[in-house]
Amino acid sequence: MSDPLDVRNLASEGSSFTVRTLVVFLIALSLVLVLLARLVQLQVLEHDSYSIRSDDNRIQVRALPPDRGLIFDRHGVLLADNRPARSLNLVTELIGDLDGVIGELRELVEISDRHVEEFRERLKRRRPFEPVALRMNLAEDEVARVKVNGHRWPGVEITQENVRHYPLGDLMVHAVGSVRRVNEEDAQRLDERRYRGVKFVGRLGVEKFYEDVLHGEVGWQHIEIDARGRIHRILDETPAVVGRDITLHLDSFLQAAARDALDGRRGAVVAIEPKSGGILALVSNPGYDPNLFVTGIRADLYEELATSRDAPLFNRAVKGRYAPGSTFKPVVALGGLAAGATDWERTIVDTGEFRLPGGRRVYRDWSWTQGNAGGQGIVHLRKAVYRSSNVYFYDLAARLGVDALSSFAGQFGYGEVTSLDVADAVPGVLPSRAWKQENRGERWYDGDSVNLGIGQGDLLVTPLQLATVTAVIANRGHWVRPRLMLESDGARPGFDLGEPRPRVEGPTDEDWELLVDAMEDVVHRGNQGFRENGTAWFHIGRDIGYRMAGKSGTAQVVGIAQGEEYDEEALDEYSRKHAWFIAFAPADDPALAVSVLVENGGGGSSVAAPVARAVFDAYLSPTLAKR
Amino acid sequence: MATTYVRSIGLKAVRPRVYLEHFDPLLLLALLGVIVFGMTVLYRDQDVLFAQTVRIAVGVLAMVLAAQVDPRVYLRWTLPVYFGGLALLVVTPFVGVTVNGSTRWLEAPGGLRFQPSELMKIAIPMMLGWYFHRHRMPPRFGDVAVGLLIVAVPALLIIRQPDLGTAVLLSAGGLGVIVLSGIRWRWIFAALGLAAAAAPGLWMMMREYQRDRVRTLFDPEQDPMGAGWNIIQSKTAVGSGGVFGKGLDQGTQSRLDFLPESHTDFIVAVIGEELGLVGVTLLLVLYLAVLARGLYIATQASTTFARLMVGGVMLTFFVYVFVNIAMVCGLFPVVGVPLPLVSFGGTSAISLLVGFGIVMSVHTHRNW
Repeated sequence: MSDPLDVRNLASEGSSFTVRTLVVFLIALSLVLVLLARLVQLQVLEHDSYSIRSDDNRIQVRALPPDRGLIFDRHGVLLADNRPARSLNLVTELIGDLDGVIGELRELVEISDRHVEEFRERLKRRRPFEPVALRMNLAEDEVARVKVNGHRWPGVEITQENVRHYPLGDLMVHAVGSVRRVNEEDAQRLDERRYRGVKFVGRLGVEKFYEDVLHGEVGWQHIEIDARGRIHRILDETPAVVGRDITLHLDSFLQAAARDALDGRRGAVVAIEPKSGGILALVSNPGYDPNLFVTGIRADLYEELATSRDAPLFNRAVKGRYAPGSTFKPVVALGGLAAGATDWERTIVDTGEFRLPGGRRVYRDWSWTQGNAGGQGIVHLRKAVYRSSNVYFYDLAARLGVDALSSFAGQFGYGEVTSLDVADAVPGVLPSRAWKQENRGERWYDGDSVNLGIGQGDLLVTPLQLATVTAVIANRGHWVRPRLMLESDGARPGFDLGEPRPRVEGPTDEDWELLVDAMEDVVHRGNQGFRENGTAWFHIGRDIGYRMAGKSGTAQVVGIAQGEEYDEEALDEYSRKHAWFIAFAPADDPALAVSVLVENGGGGSSVAAPVARAVFDAYLSPTLAKR
Repeated sequence: MATTYVRSIGLKAVRPRVYLEHFDPLLLLALLGVIVFGMTVLYRDQDVLFAQTVRIAVGVLAMVLAAQVDPRVYLRWTLPVYFGGLALLVVTPFVGVTVNGSTRWLEAPGGLRFQPSELMKIAIPMMLGWYFHRHRMPPRFGDVAVGLLIVAVPALLIIRQPDLGTAVLLSAGGLGVIVLSGIRWRWIFAALGLAAAAAPGLWMMMREYQRDRVRTLFDPEQDPMGAGWNIIQSKTAVGSGGVFGKGLDQGTQSRLDFLPESHTDFIVAVIGEELGLVGVTLLLVLYLAVLARGLYIATQASTTFARLMVGGVMLTFFVYVFVNIAMVCGLFPVVGVPLPLVSFGGTSAISLLVGFGIVMSVHTHRNW
């Protein structure tokens, strides 16, 4: 074995080592060149895209939601404003044990299972590091408790935001409507750019109809954040533009008077200023406190409201459809006059019963037969109105026929929405031959016309529509479409006025005046003896200080079979007739036209008329005093 | 005759004489260049800068001291160092400190932590030098097998910690020493071929999180908030730096904490972001200067032991540099190794500087 550490070997080993070292160095050099190539790729070729990525990391665009425009009534009373409310928000990225933290927070702040459920829903559609509300509307002491312990939970913060507030609570809810928290469906529907960061959107009423006006414009902020979502500085900012304020025709004092006059009964009152079409009162009773809905209502409370038989969430004034009953008679009277089917002198004998020529079915006048058999005797048109003779109008409707009656009634807006800016207003139903064929698949019978003559059958109206009809009569056929908006700051957001509606065609000026006289008799004709007084005189006309023209109505709720008698006492409360009263005053120069509905109230003159009287009293008395 | 003479050089006990001038100015200059340059991006955090300065000062002192020691002393101490290191690796799993699920640290009283694997950066090259020094060059097959064993035993112990990254890097440095030892080229190519063939087997042996790192390398967008986060943010930092960088202390990726580990494993991303391509290139040039000087010293050494030990220390150093920067650029999986002399923290800088001290010692004691 040769010695491994031979000098010759050492020398050759040394040179071999040098070669190898050089090779290894060249490999290292080429590896460094690979790194440099990679750096050139990242820092030169792809620099732009990485710059954008880097900015996307740190620069966040934050939306600054605008404050909603305020809503005032005609006297400047605030109907909807914005109030700071504090909410408890969580940034889940900063919270390790979310359930644990929620559990601890529950000991300081009232947090229901529903809150947690809704919070988890909201979590699904948030952006990274966006704070998500767990509880809104914190009380002062809750805020204090969380703040004292706040340092224990990074990612738990209390923020203040403006939320909608309705100072008059349930009084105005069906007139003004309300906002709701933007939900999934809204998010789909709304323009993402215009609504970024906006938490509330008009849900009902004026808030819904004038959403675009009230909303304002979202502002923007570019902020620099770190990886934990903490804000380091604001880079630039476009401030939000506050929504425009709106002043409505509504008169909250009149609204309160109307609501009080209903005295807790289910029903609706709509009051319109005939000259302007302005809606001064729009009451649907019972109402509810819209503030409950703004920041999320408690489940049990909502359940109670939603399932209540009194349906407080339902806006009867705008969406409730009822048979108008005898309040339709003035329109039938004018239609008869216009078509020449009757005149002011013609009389009939009201025996309390009506048969179509050759017909077998007996149409009775239910209102007066109970214990007073025999009808109203000799009746002319004026008396037919103030005594509300069914038999006269059965006969007149039969003479007029459905075509003439339906098209004439159409001029008053039956069966269509004539209001300009009432959200969700429904058109009701004005039956005709075509309508019946289409909707019932049946031809029109003469008997249908007879029923239509007293506002029964398929004819359906809303209290708003009936107030509109009353205003048209008060204006002697001239139309001013009803509206809520009085004015708005800045450019007045004009509503689409559409085609101006022409004056009701057919009746002469004299016919209009005589009809108004007949309707005045409904209220003022008294002390005339048995079956000679106006139907409402006893209830509201005996001590009235101004001239009111009115008409009562009573609408059947349940069908009554042929030959059966209507026995109010025997019926369930919710099956009783609806009471109507329509009126305007002063009769010669109407300042107000009103429709009153009391659901299942019974008689229109006895139940609904006093409500109308109270509304007029409230509205006219100060005016009269001034004069 | 000559034989006895040479043998006496290797084994005769020579009293080491301490000369403070026993250091290499060129290597020192290149090292200080790397260190100072690395500190520029740490300067905004005073505490970090101070701690790093202390570590570097301790390291430089250790280096100067290590340079004074005669290489023969290192030769004599090789076996205790290597086997002592192995012993520490063996006991680490039982008495070590566990961080993030892996037990790599030994804790001395007073909270001083130390990774035995750091010691192996020097011990493996020493041991290989020692072994090949005693055997005829170029090594025969059996010698190569022993050399591989010298590398494999500590590597396997380190894998068990688990710390695959360090094990692979140390192995790479060790294999580099074997290449330098002059084994036949065809063995090298055969080994490379075998390694390529064994790659699927390696994949099977890897743990799930390690496979995730490899998968993430090729498609970081798959899980941008999780496994892909580090690599996406680090590439974004480097890429957004451009040619000249965003300026010192202007790196938004690091300053706003999007870049993880910005003081430690990913520090070169900060240099790339704030000083741009120019800055990283300068750093690479400085590293190349260190490597070139170190390898030159190796070629000038007079004994096999010295050559291989110096070559091994330098190659291990370079492997760390390359793998770290490749990782930050998204060329390699995230292996969690520091950038030598620049990354903050740990004992890595100190053990490296000791290694460079030994390199200097070799260069200044050429006449033994």
